[in-house]
Amino acid sequence: METQPILQVQDLYKYFPLPRDILRYLARKPARYVKAVDGVHFTVSKGEILALVGESGSGKTTVGMNVLGLQKPTRGRITFAGYNVAEWAEGLGPSLGVERLENSGIDLARMSRRERIMALRERALMIFQDPYESLNVRQKVYEIVAEPLVIHRITQSREELEELVRSALETCGLVPAEHFWHRYPTELSGGQRQRVAIAGALVLNPTLIVADEPVSMLDVSIRAEILSLLLSIRQEQGVTILYTTHDLATAGYFTDRMAVMYLGRIVELGPTRDVLLSPLHPYTKALISVIPTPNPAQRNKRVILHGEIPNPTDVPQGCRFHPRCPIATDDCLKLDPQLRELTPKHEVACIHA
Amino acid sequence: MAILEVRNLSVEYLTEDGVPLRAVEDVNFCLEEGGSLGLVGESGCGKTTVMLGLLRMLPQEGRIVSGQVLLEGQDLLQIGEAKMRKVRWKKMSMVFQGAMNALNPVRTIESQIVEALRIHDIVGGASEARQRAGELLEMVGISATRGREHPHQYSGGMKQRAIIAMALACEPHILIADEPTTALDVMIQAQILELLERLKEELKLSLLLVTHDLGLVAEVCDDVLVMYGGRVAEIARSSAIFNDPVHPYTQRLLQAFPDVKAPDTPLVSIPGSPPRLDALPPGCRFEPRCHLREDICAQRIPPSIAVNNSHLAACHLVGRES
Repeated sequence: METQPILQVQDLYKYFPLPRDILRYLARKPARYVKAVDGVHFTVSKGEILALVGESGSGKTTVGMNVLGLQKPTRGRITFAGYNVAEWAEGLGPSLGVERLENSGIDLARMSRRERIMALRERALMIFQDPYESLNVRQKVYEIVAEPLVIHRITQSREELEELVRSALETCGLVPAEHFWHRYPTELSGGQRQRVAIAGALVLNPTLIVADEPVSMLDVSIRAEILSLLLSIRQEQGVTILYTTHDLATAGYFTDRMAVMYLGRIVELGPTRDVLLSPLHPYTKALISVIPTPNPAQRNKRVILHGEIPNPTDVPQGCRFHPRCPIATDDCLKLDPQLRELTPKHEVACIHA
Repeated sequence: MAILEVRNLSVEYLTEDGVPLRAVEDVNFCLEEGGSLGLVGESGCGKTTVMLGLLRMLPQEGRIVSGQVLLEGQDLLQIGEAKMRKVRWKKMSMVFQGAMNALNPVRTIESQIVEALRIHDIVGGASEARQRAGELLEMVGISATRGREHPHQYSGGMKQRAIIAMALACEPHILIADEPTTALDVMIQAQILELLERLKEELKLSLLLVTHDLGLVAEVCDDVLVMYGGRVAEIARSSAIFNDPVHPYTQRLLQAFPDVKAPDTPLVSIPGSPPRLDALPPGCRFEPRCHLREDICAQRIPPSIAVNNSHLAACHLVGRES
């Protein structure tokens, strides 16, 4: 695998302002923020699959949205294929293209704003969680998969369009494509729908896919299929995948590296196997211990953290995990631990690790 | 001793065209007193229908075709609706899937629990009812003072706890929970799991857990019933189901279930999808997707074969191997 970073997220912060109520306004108190992402730093190599795991409220989806340029970071920089995503999406400024990757074939400086956004959307896109919601029920499968091609004016002729739709559907295991493309989403099973959604993403031949919980709505028996499909797409087309999930177990099967998020920060980052088999952060350890395993012999070894993720408006002082941490000490209240490499490529943000 | 016994339960749904579809066929199981049984299967396998059937809460188009539901020896399918109402909540209580989203948003949690208590004539006065509601909340780990709050002030995990408190209001013997942890975060799932286990011990509850999550069942249940296509595929002690499953469907399902402690084991998926109720295979329901199928499987419905006295499997191949 190439080690060239295709995606770099540097010191990403995303704060959402809370509406200021009248009392705070009169008291001239500053506006409050939901600190959804609070200093996140990672890189993804071309063709790599990175899992971003965490409970709801950990900020993993916000990271995905910022990576795709769907939201603008409050602070920090996201570089995708050599370009600053925020500028790419917004079409701002003359600083474009400074770190341009060779042969990426895009010259943003010469494009209009619309063209830039189109160029970004064509290369980096999202697969959504719920195939029962994400597909338009009034469109046939063919229209769903063909629409991105039409919007991006990829094809020259009807035959070419048909060919690309066919190959995308068949890559996604909907064989023969003709059997499926006249159907409506309601006529398909959950697994088939998610395949259609993936085909609709794949048809543009993207560089990066952000897959947001792509299997959580599906039955266990077909999850493996969809995950193997994503794996084979990576193998054949070299797509880079950012897999956001709360499910460490499925992430364990097909991702190369794993970043565990807690309250807007990455608390542990490393090769998936290392993170799962020898977790370093107490939060990761607890998370792994509570995942139900289909093995009654392993009962009762759970480390249950009480309470819930704190409100991201009032992030705890010191280590943000200390109020729930089973091994917290006084130092944890004072020090805000940063990621450090403890074993090769395996980083953790805990002073006790 | 069995507190609840379901015998030969079959349930049909009528389609709009008046065609009956058999959603559940010939389901048999026992829930032991103080025990816990997990009803597992993929979506559409009929597990929720079984639960609704035994509570006699099927939607209008559903009807029980045959069978018996014996609660402490009494057949619930034979008693009148008024009596059945007394059984629900007082004898058997339920936590429905997504019930936590059905809390009334404009009323306090406490008043909603009080309502349940009063409807079922559990307590007399208003202050007594409120006190009992507070006790119930404390029992599930919510401070009684927070009973005055509205559902939007609760997190998902707390709402689910409140729903469980409500289900326990009338001190039932049996608690039936349909997907009680679905849609909750893993850590919250573990908290709810811990709560259910604790309540089961403290209140001597018998627990019927309906879920697609094999992991959850492995953690909590003594016995497991695996359903497929409306029929029982395999039923056994949970150690037997997880260590020596004999039905090919159970085997595959377990292989499809990721184990976080063994990320190197390849994940297997079951090709195809569960059968549609309007096009059920004539023989074994799992035959079209089965990796071990033989000619007989497509022709005849497999009988329930005893592997030992606590382990039944509906598969033609059982007892024939090696």
